[in-house]
Amino acid sequence: MTSTQRNALALALLMMLLGVTLGAAYLDLGVLHTPAAMLIGLVKAVLIVLIFMRLRPSGPLVMLAFAAGLFWLLIMFTLTLGDYFTRA
Amino acid sequence: MSEPAAEIAHQFVDAGQQRDAATFGMWIFLCTEVLLFGALFLGYTVYRLQNPETFDEAAAHTLIVAGSINTAILLVSSFCVAVAVHLAEQGERLRVTLLLCTAALLGALFLAVKAYEYHLKIQEGLFPGQAFHFSGPHSQGVEMFFVLYFTMTGLHALHVAVGVAVLTGYGVAVLLAQRPARLATAVDLAGLYWHFVDIVWVFLFPLFYLVGRAP
Amino acid sequence: MNPVLSQTPLQPAASKPDYLRAAQTLGSWLLTTDHKRIGILYMISITLLFFIGGVAAALLRLELTTPAGDLLASATYNKLFTMHGVIMVWFFLIPSVPTVLGNFLLPLMIGARDVAFPRLNLASWYIFMFGAFFAVFAIVAGGVDTGWTFYTPYSSTYANGAVIAMAAGVFITGFSSIATGLNFIVTIHKMRAPGLTWFRLPLFIWTLYTTSLILVLATPVLAITLFLMALERIFGVGIFDPALGGDPILFQHLFWFYSHPAVYIMILPGMGVVSEIIACFARKRIFGYRFVAYASIAIAVLGFLVWGHHMFVSGQSVYAGAVFSLLSFLVAVPSAIKVFNWTATLYKGSISFDTPMLYALGFIGLFTVGGLTGLFLASLAVDVHLTDTYFVIAHFHYVMVGGMVMAYLGGLHFWWPKITGRLYPEFPARISAIAIFAGFNLTFFPQFILGMLGMPRRYHAYADEFQVLNVLSSAGASILAVGYILPLAYMLWSLRYGKPAPPNPWRATGLEWTTPSPPPTDNFAIIPTVNEAPYAYETQDQPSRDYV
Repeated sequence: MTSTQRNALALALLMMLLGVTLGAAYLDLGVLHTPAAMLIGLVKAVLIVLIFMRLRPSGPLVMLAFAAGLFWLLIMFTLTLGDYFTRA
Repeated sequence: MSEPAAEIAHQFVDAGQQRDAATFGMWIFLCTEVLLFGALFLGYTVYRLQNPETFDEAAAHTLIVAGSINTAILLVSSFCVAVAVHLAEQGERLRVTLLLCTAALLGALFLAVKAYEYHLKIQEGLFPGQAFHFSGPHSQGVEMFFVLYFTMTGLHALHVAVGVAVLTGYGVAVLLAQRPARLATAVDLAGLYWHFVDIVWVFLFPLFYLVGRAP
Repeated sequence: MNPVLSQTPLQPAASKPDYLRAAQTLGSWLLTTDHKRIGILYMISITLLFFIGGVAAALLRLELTTPAGDLLASATYNKLFTMHGVIMVWFFLIPSVPTVLGNFLLPLMIGARDVAFPRLNLASWYIFMFGAFFAVFAIVAGGVDTGWTFYTPYSSTYANGAVIAMAAGVFITGFSSIATGLNFIVTIHKMRAPGLTWFRLPLFIWTLYTTSLILVLATPVLAITLFLMALERIFGVGIFDPALGGDPILFQHLFWFYSHPAVYIMILPGMGVVSEIIACFARKRIFGYRFVAYASIAIAVLGFLVWGHHMFVSGQSVYAGAVFSLLSFLVAVPSAIKVFNWTATLYKGSISFDTPMLYALGFIGLFTVGGLTGLFLASLAVDVHLTDTYFVIAHFHYVMVGGMVMAYLGGLHFWWPKITGRLYPEFPARISAIAIFAGFNLTFFPQFILGMLGMPRRYHAYADEFQVLNVLSSAGASILAVGYILPLAYMLWSLRYGKPAPPNPWRATGLEWTTPSPPPTDNFAIIPTVNEAPYAYETQDQPSRDYV
């Protein structure tokens, strides 16, 4: 498919996911609300990164850089929340 | 067949090296932004874990319609930019300008909606600090929610504003350029930034607008 | 003198004027995009700031010669140690080697004409100066007494003084760091000369690279943290204020997430300088090159996992403390690997004691002491007693001053001929190096003992029994001050009266030494192709000898 078609498909999926996340907000999911919303957000982000931002054609170095950014975010979250979760 | 690439700066050996360097540089910059916003998301996580019900209660005061419209606005604008980048690489001129300016306009619309939301919140006395008043037992937690709300959406809005300026600038530049294809890399970089700004909103939206909506 | 028989030939003699003489108007300097000139701009700026921070230190040490707080009011004392810390950390140490030596040498060492983004490079200097302006303004506007660590809720709620201006200065300068780091990463990845594979790079480049990774990943978090602290102060909200539902420990997590890796920003480039100097003045390739390269990466990565060791007594969970303690022990390993490899390089080397070597040897010894004492502090139980005492101060001054400042001075001397085209005078240089070494130890070794005896830090008065050690420390500081002023004097002297330098006065390996001293603006008349391993000293000096 052409680049424009691919982008249009991505937009359609993203809008659909917007609808899903809106709908899910009104369901009674209990503690699963936030994980569900974050998961949907993650899928949307992945779509934007892969399709709009053309991550894979940008080469392995760029992919590594992006992965590194996320990994460092993970370090910050994990070790900090590790403190909060283990406090008396 | 695309037109000749941009002029090569003296430190680069060829156009490919220049383009690779520029793209790589922008991705690294975006990683710094991930950590910038990430620290705020960490703060949100910590305080949300400490005050789950209060955050739910506070979030009921955000305008879900405005937030949803804003999400859609940014998604469409990202689409416009993605197509514009592709067309710019083909050496197109008018459609690139139109798409970039449309995206910028949508960004401006986003900011207008945001400004309206802020205005309402301030009127309701939900702006943190001296002017904050909330009748209810959990006003401290609610205020914390709104500190995070204004800080995070505010910083995001600042990034949107910069993006609007950059997209408009390049929209005009492409229109006036002798060889629009020479701006393809620059447009690509601006596009990467804009998509990132969209991604940040994708995560802000559920955290501030969709919590505590369930019956 | 043996000629350098490296396979990479000397560049042909320059037909254009060198980068210093290319244009000599003020505008040509203030609007330069030449990485070499930008390095010089930074050098001048940080030297000025170093002396401002040094004056603060001098006043502190003067106060501490007597137990009573008789020279300075406590509030003034607090402002001085805050100013000393802020300036030395953010406006001297963090920029020092990367922005001065890194900017100047990176393109030369990799065979490039400039960094990837020269205009961004110039912008980074202006951003740095803008931030420095705010910091100096904060000092002049009454000062800040929060300590360089800006702990909340004191900084955000109770402190009087120009906290926001100082925080703004640091915030702004952070973007200069990010710009430099970004530029270096892209340059090293994308602009190496043909044949210059990663494992043929000088180790200095490896350390610049890993330092840049830290700059780029850690600094944004500092920016946000200071921003939040300022918001709390301006709007009276409770992000970190427990009375308003906030958590001051969150501030510390966010602050130290940056500030611990920051110390590796400060030391890694110094380690790179030491590798270059040791190899040259032992006439040997660095032993275990790959280990040293990988150790740089390990330090950068592990350095992000240990920040909680600054928070053992803060109220952080004990389990988190234990994890951070363990990880802190781990991060010592790659540093130790480097020390072992430098030592192994020296073994059976042909050692000469020129000034750069004196600094490098001093670095190895003092950094080792500093690093080992870091392990005391990394032990959770021991740290409970040593935290906030002079032991901590001695520890970090051993690594940052005994280590990093000496590495910076060593590198400055080593590459001075290349940068300026002049040789500095060797005799006063050696005297200064020895004075600095002696003065440094006299200043800071007593502080280990003071810390163990229980003298707390950040106090302008102390118990009488600590006086003797304090006097020794202050005496050392006066020697150290002389030691730092001397290089300023003779290096300025050398600019006018120093002997003109040949391209390679040290007979060192490395592409930068193939260019004239000083180099032309575009560095290389012919971009070199590299087809040898780095530090080819042994084959170079004695090409006829067979090596097993």
